[in-house]
Amino acid sequence: MHNFAIFFASIFTGNILLTNYLGMCSFLSVSKELKTSLGLGAAVVFVMATTTPLNWMVYEWLLIPFGLEYLRFIVFIIVIAAFVQLTEMALERYSEGLYQALGIFLPLITVNCAILGASLFMVIREYSLSTSFFFGLGSGIGWALAIVAMAGIRQKLKTAKIPPGLEGPGITLVIAGFMAMAFMGFSGMIALS
Amino acid sequence: MLTTLLISIAVTSLISVFLALLMVIADATIGNYGVVKISVNNGIRELEVLGGQPLLRSLQQEGIFIPSACGGRGSCGLCKVKVIEGGGDYLPTELPFISEEERKELVRLSCQVKVKNDVAIEIPEELFYVKEFSTKVERIRDLTHDIKEVTLRLIEPEQITIKAGQYVQFVVPEYEDLDEEVYRAYSVASPPGDASHVELEVRLVPGGICTTYVHEHLKEGDEVMINGPYGEFFLRDTDTPVIFIAGGSGMAPIKSILLDMEKSQNPRPAQYFFGARSKRDLFLLDEMKALETSIPNFTFIPALSEPLEEDNWEGEIGLITDVVHRNVKDASLSEAYLCGSPGMIDACIKVLSDLGVSEDCIFYDKF
Repeated sequence: MHNFAIFFASIFTGNILLTNYLGMCSFLSVSKELKTSLGLGAAVVFVMATTTPLNWMVYEWLLIPFGLEYLRFIVFIIVIAAFVQLTEMALERYSEGLYQALGIFLPLITVNCAILGASLFMVIREYSLSTSFFFGLGSGIGWALAIVAMAGIRQKLKTAKIPPGLEGPGITLVIAGFMAMAFMGFSGMIALS
Repeated sequence: MLTTLLISIAVTSLISVFLALLMVIADATIGNYGVVKISVNNGIRELEVLGGQPLLRSLQQEGIFIPSACGGRGSCGLCKVKVIEGGGDYLPTELPFISEEERKELVRLSCQVKVKNDVAIEIPEELFYVKEFSTKVERIRDLTHDIKEVTLRLIEPEQITIKAGQYVQFVVPEYEDLDEEVYRAYSVASPPGDASHVELEVRLVPGGICTTYVHEHLKEGDEVMINGPYGEFFLRDTDTPVIFIAGGSGMAPIKSILLDMEKSQNPRPAQYFFGARSKRDLFLLDEMKALETSIPNFTFIPALSEPLEEDNWEGEIGLITDVVHRNVKDASLSEAYLCGSPGMIDACIKVLSDLGVSEDCIFYDKF
């Protein structure tokens, strides 16, 4: 039950993008087309769901026993980068379809702060291994949901009249603010802690 | 304290080494595509390369240079080649540069296509002759107050196979604030007959990376790398009348074409309109005038748009477009070759269409 609650909470009430504002750079730059944002969203779901438990193992089994918790920032980043690189190579070799859909986005999100953020939250909130997985998966889906919703809105915006100074990132940030408020409506349901 | 330090270094190194090892193994297994074959233009050349690299780079290593301005980042869209077999599907990164028609012809961006298995490609035949040349600056002279003529002697390879009118890329080395090599395209002004020299005409553009380098840093005796030749700007093999229009350093490719026409005693009627602001922007007047006698049917028409009083100019006055309009009555059967600034070329294309030149007979290099 606990895992399930965390999973849902990380999608809706504690959406990593809309409540913590993490992963904004790719959110702003790749949300122009629905199709590309779907691909990027899927890549984020995959990477978050795998690297969060992976980093949990590194943290619990390697860093804590040696008393090196303070090294987690650098270690997490190395693990994420190496894992993403490996996945990209494997996809390129074995699955052309998946590479087309996901692979080209992987290098883009290696340094996405939402990915590192999920691993760091997992540490602060003292999740277990299975909870980390559900938290990573949920956060990824939440991020994907937000970027896909944004891409849908931005496609409508193409025909809208926007004050010249607000075009591009400006109006996108304003909309992101509205979306964050809308997502706050879920906060009465489950709390993320 | 010391032990914590040592342990932290040891653990970080351990993790890094483990991951690095994993990458090395992955590179040797998953990333290893072995030796693959690239068949160029129906097997005219067969290349054997190590798989896994972008097509652009594999071809470069084998000495085939596909023009590319961004260096393989997929942002310029210049490095197009036809991949007949083995290229896989289009990547989303290519699509913005590929038109519907090009898709039907299997045109791809060679910097994005990775060579993972045997592929068959088609490239324009000229690209076989594209090479990288090391050269030495033999002479630099001022043509006008802001245009320099740079003569390069080829060292390795010693000869270049080029069509009159094509361009080469000049490699600007690191200097002052420039911290990486930069390529800039310049038309070759020397005729193809002189295969051991390449002559460029470089106009100083304030703030221009290459032009500043050539005007302020380059000295006679310096070594310079170039690669080429590139481009579709050469005289088509027909017998229609020809109209050449150039401005400023746009003189270069036209001069090369004219010298080539002189050598072959080409009988096509040809008119050459050269536009400049005032007399101090004109150059090579005597050479061009001399060509009127040595090329069978050639006239040279220089024109000034803003002649100064002290110029004592007796030739044509006005914008080059007006001058062309005055001197050409019917051009419906002519071919036109233009080289100059984008603004000048667009204006000239309009005038030429008014005079009846069909659009596929207008050739130009915009620099």
